[in-house]
Amino acid sequence: MERTISFTLNGRPASVKVDDERMLLWVLRSDLGLTGTKFGCGEGLCGACTVIVDKQAVRSCSTPVKDVAGKQITTIEGLGQNGLDAIQQAFLEHHAFQCGYCTSGMILTAYALLLKTPKPTHDEIIRHMDDNLCRCGAHVRIVEAIQDAAGVGKGGAL
Amino acid sequence: MKQPDGNQPELNLSRRGFFAAAGSGLFVFFGVNRVNAYQEPARLPQRQNMPADLNAYLRIGADGRVTCFSGKVELGQGPMTSLAQLLAEELDVDYNSVDVVLGDTDLCPYDMGTFGSMCIPMFGPALRGAAAEARAVLLEMAAEQLQAPVERLQVKAGVITDRSTPAKRITYAQLVDGKRIERHLANVPLKPVAKFTVAAHPAARKDAMDKVTGKGKYAADFTFPGLLHGRVVRPPAHGAKLVNADTSAAEKFGARVVRDGDLLAVLHERPDLADRALGLVKAQFDPPPPGVDDKTIFDHLLKTAPPSRPAGGAGDLAAGEKASAIIVEETYLNSYVAHAAMETHSATANIENGKATVWVSTQAPFSVKQQVGQALGFTPQNVRIVAPYVGGGFGGKTAGPQAVEAARLAKATGKPVQVVWNRAEEFFYDTFRPAAVVKIRAGLTSAGKIALWDFNVVGAGERESDSFYDIPNKRAQSAGGWQGGNPPGMHPFGVGPWRAPSVNTNSFARESHMDILAAKAGIDPLEFRLNHLSDARLRRVLEAAAKQFGWKPGKAPSGRGVGVACGIYSGACSATMAEVAVNKTTGHVQVKRMVSALDVGWAVNPDGMRQQMEGCLTMGLGYTLSEEVHFKDGEVLDRNFGSYEIPRFSWLPKIETILIDNPGAAALGGGEPPIITVGAVVANAIYDAVGARVLQLPMTPERVGEALKKKG
Repeated sequence: MERTISFTLNGRPASVKVDDERMLLWVLRSDLGLTGTKFGCGEGLCGACTVIVDKQAVRSCSTPVKDVAGKQITTIEGLGQNGLDAIQQAFLEHHAFQCGYCTSGMILTAYALLLKTPKPTHDEIIRHMDDNLCRCGAHVRIVEAIQDAAGVGKGGAL
Repeated sequence: MKQPDGNQPELNLSRRGFFAAAGSGLFVFFGVNRVNAYQEPARLPQRQNMPADLNAYLRIGADGRVTCFSGKVELGQGPMTSLAQLLAEELDVDYNSVDVVLGDTDLCPYDMGTFGSMCIPMFGPALRGAAAEARAVLLEMAAEQLQAPVERLQVKAGVITDRSTPAKRITYAQLVDGKRIERHLANVPLKPVAKFTVAAHPAARKDAMDKVTGKGKYAADFTFPGLLHGRVVRPPAHGAKLVNADTSAAEKFGARVVRDGDLLAVLHERPDLADRALGLVKAQFDPPPPGVDDKTIFDHLLKTAPPSRPAGGAGDLAAGEKASAIIVEETYLNSYVAHAAMETHSATANIENGKATVWVSTQAPFSVKQQVGQALGFTPQNVRIVAPYVGGGFGGKTAGPQAVEAARLAKATGKPVQVVWNRAEEFFYDTFRPAAVVKIRAGLTSAGKIALWDFNVVGAGERESDSFYDIPNKRAQSAGGWQGGNPPGMHPFGVGPWRAPSVNTNSFARESHMDILAAKAGIDPLEFRLNHLSDARLRRVLEAAAKQFGWKPGKAPSGRGVGVACGIYSGACSATMAEVAVNKTTGHVQVKRMVSALDVGWAVNPDGMRQQMEGCLTMGLGYTLSEEVHFKDGEVLDRNFGSYEIPRFSWLPKIETILIDNPGAAALGGGEPPIITVGAVVANAIYDAVGARVLQLPMTPERVGEALKKKG
């Protein structure tokens, strides 16, 4: 059904008049021009499209836009609007990416983890990140970056 | 001042276009002869086809910024960083003052494509030469301005000073201000690696900020007013023929429909609504005749392969047979493997004033330029291809069919058009790593030396099929491969290069067989390899890996679950050791630790090289343990990551990387070498753990279970 959906996007009010069954990914990328959120699989299997909705990491490719009415959405563009967020900084310093295509989703998935669990163990990181796919094999550095951002270095909460 | 040498190409429209885009400053161009002077002719198979190039390698602007132009593409493997390091090093400018423009056919010098770990060995020396040339020119200019002989001048961070009168100084930016100076690459001597302060040292990646902020643009991130998203009607199976299609429901939905020869597509201004419109097309296809599937493929390959061709050898096989006390013969198999880059094939095409510009996820923008020009009937000047950030390639983006689709649809509709393949299209049209069969017949003397080695590969290609071990009587033969020229129908769909083409397959077979022989001889597998190895660089990587791993000699199977494998790729030497745990009930394999040593001569960016090593080892676990394309009668049954499983965080072993410092040797690329060892090192560690030999990749729990049962 075409109707106006309003939500908070990266800290600012936003509304779109769209078919409310459309997936959030496409509304973000095409209607709102926020292309930092990526398409990878379209079925919620890879995590490239991950955004934060009310502090939870969700797969925007499988989230109808009607489900986010009235909610707070953060995309990669909304993270660290005044300088890099700690998790972005850690990804940057550890070179926790190669091609960069999965990176927005990785960063936001990790961000949601740290919101809920500020000092995750190594196993908690692995479990939480396991459904985010990276083809280049940056996994080792992604784990290190998350540990660094959480202040739980290798010798820490393992 | 020197005049440009005789290689100067004619000024033409394209050259003027370049200056319009690049502005004033100092430019270093090159002529074809000069490029070849910096490259090994044997490694330039297409050099006779290389056009006389018109674009510059580098520009020094009046603002002091230096721009590096390269037809290479940033796929994640880091050329944006390593090329900037080389340029900063030879030119003596600050690394942070270097900008890198990649993969733009209007701005960058011609390039064959980004594959084969060739950025550094092939483009690197030419770029260093251009930088050295620019530096020499600037020193000459400074000598005139400062009234001081060149020998007395020194350069640091783009500032030239007179050693005897340090107050006498001038910057590169001041020297080139308001001028347009063109130079051609000459053979100015390069700096010795030992004097490097920027290259051969770890560098911060140039693409880091773009990638952690989501600002970096990929081919599907470009947009224009009126942009349409094109979705092409696809057959359900390779070989299926379109009988008819009813597009009325899609049109009623508001989509545009284009029929252009073999191309039938729907277009909509929203990508997801274009998908919906595609779903409304009622298309009927005639199915192809029944064909092979992923079980019968190996017999099919043996039946349909062309005659084997010699790929190396020495001595006399009959003599080897005679000298052997034991003969060991095995057949190794591997399935088709997908590239499965996270970014699917994407392109955005815009045609304005008769010129098409297409942003494409491709590893080879210059060949895509040719394809798009042909499809549109446009002259080369009227096609510009830009490969922006590319979300992974691994050999799977060496062509650009999606660019041709987007360009044709843009021409047909008169609108800018974006084509982004969905995951099912990505699997369906992938040019897979070929399925292959390798047969090895080898003989051991009673003293535990290999006397005979007969290696036959079908399907994968010949690279590294000839063994580097010291074996007096050996032969390598190869039939068919990833490079094309296979009989029709041999591979039931497209095959092509996949990270280290041929060499994953051939290394898996060779290194598995070496371990079987070592076990038969009752010799530790590392010692057995060293007993047959005079190549100093390979010995060194093996010894370095063993030291870091803490390798304790033993006869396999020792129950410890440790393994070793080594190999050569494009001249780079790699050795990996691994420790695995095998669940005997489920057949599940967990790789616990990997130690890998690599000799690429010297690494331009040692940290970048380690990233590539980690990436190779992690990605390699996929083809080793889970990845195989399922198919039947032309239909690719894998349509997404649900059935085609790639490595994930929970698979991660502890990874340790060792870079051998060999500054006297040429710098080689490292995006591929370590991945070649992964199949065999895991197979060998599985054998060491449980005494079961798995001969087929991927080593799924089922296959490990079967090997355990066979062993009894």
